Amino acid sequence: MKLNFEHLQSAHCENGVTRSLLKNIGINQITEPLAFGIGSGLFYVYIPLLKINNGPVIAFRPMPGLIFKRTCKALGIPVIRKKFSSKQKAEVFLNSTLNEGHPVGCQVGVYYLTYFPKEYRFHFNAHNLIVYGKEDDKYLISDPVMETVTSLNSYELERVRFARGTLSPRGQIYYPEAGAVITEDQIKKAIVSGIKKNVREMLNIPFPFVGVKGIRYTGNKIKQWRNKLGVKQAGLYLAQLVRMQEEIGTGGGGFRYIYAAFLQEAYAYHPIDDLLEISKMFTESGDLWRTAAIQAAGIYKGRITSQEDFDTMGNYLIEIADIEYKAFTALKNIKWR
Amino acid sequence: MKKEDVPQDLSSLGKITKEVCYATDKSGKYVTELSKGWDVKITALDTHWEEIEQRVAIAKQKVLNHEASPLLFFMEKNLMDAELLAGYAGFWKWQVKRHLRPEIFKKLSDKKLQRYAEVFNVTIDDLKNINVHEA
Repeated sequence: MKLNFEHLQSAHCENGVTRSLLKNIGINQITEPLAFGIGSGLFYVYIPLLKINNGPVIAFRPMPGLIFKRTCKALGIPVIRKKFSSKQKAEVFLNSTLNEGHPVGCQVGVYYLTYFPKEYRFHFNAHNLIVYGKEDDKYLISDPVMETVTSLNSYELERVRFARGTLSPRGQIYYPEAGAVITEDQIKKAIVSGIKKNVREMLNIPFPFVGVKGIRYTGNKIKQWRNKLGVKQAGLYLAQLVRMQEEIGTGGGGFRYIYAAFLQEAYAYHPIDDLLEISKMFTESGDLWRTAAIQAAGIYKGRITSQEDFDTMGNYLIEIADIEYKAFTALKNIKWR
Repeated sequence: MKKEDVPQDLSSLGKITKEVCYATDKSGKYVTELSKGWDVKITALDTHWEEIEQRVAIAKQKVLNHEASPLLFFMEKNLMDAELLAGYAGFWKWQVKRHLRPEIFKKLSDKKLQRYAEVFNVTIDDLKNINVHEA
């Protein structure tokens, strides 16, 4: 059985799943940037002391599942979401949902994801894909970061749905209930609430390593890494930062470009000139994140390794923090009509 | 980033699929553009794999020196730690830690070895003799 489903490629998996599943129930207005912005997708956190894959924990996005949840909630679309302790029950539920005609989103781990190149398969459990049918033992898969559709057999799908470790998906499955109609007014409101929540998360969380403060904090830490960790280990840490910032799914510049695109699209709903100006600030920030990544690459390639080079690297992040502080403050002060 | 500046350095992902980037066109409007990869990212990933290979090499030497069981080699090779391996194989973490000792590993039943072998996609013989098949 193969459901009528259109595969759409996106930069980020969860935005893509959200956009495709909504489109599938007849809601065509939600583009990837809108899904990202309404879902308050921009984030930054650096957790000192905690390590993942022997490197520092740095994230440019909120917890998996949040973007979909927030976007649907803001638009008033009911969501069905389930986790399982039993693999059999998870498969039975998946099959019956498909039989009822719903393509479904699944949270999966990428380590055993067979269609990914080996170099990209880490124990990372926050990936999302859509199952849109089953033919014999083969599940039909629409993975939003891939250009075309693909498939997994039932063993392979079970394995990734029940990946273990941090943020283990536990067979998590979700889809929006059909039948909702979205008005322009709802989208307008959802945009405002999405921006307000994002402003709070980037400016007001009272931990030094979260949000805009967190970027500045990381910048200051980086300046100490050379002495504290040695050039080699510090290089590995920077490589980790670059991977989190640029690897598949961010659309470039640690999601800053997608957010800038979102603000341009928001302008179509709220013609406030400030939105376009602030969009440019996020482009500037995204560009600077990428300049910083090039500096980082110089360090982990071993081409530039002096303390001065680490200072330059740290200062880039501090400059980014300044730009984003201004941008989010400007967003906070917008007078919505 | 401007549309024409979207990097096109072929990565191992780029051979399978291009990825979507957001960039601005001539009028400053955001559009999407496909990218084959970016040199800065490729070297970041390479750096990471070099470190993993080093860890695997150290693990292998430990196994050959009988300081650790073959499990350590496969664990590092599969980028796991004892906790994650315990999760996949259905053991407790303290059991996995015991099984990392060569003298304990030798006494494990085939049934238990099979659970590890399945996690690593190898046979029990491969597991004992540290043979690796590249998938």
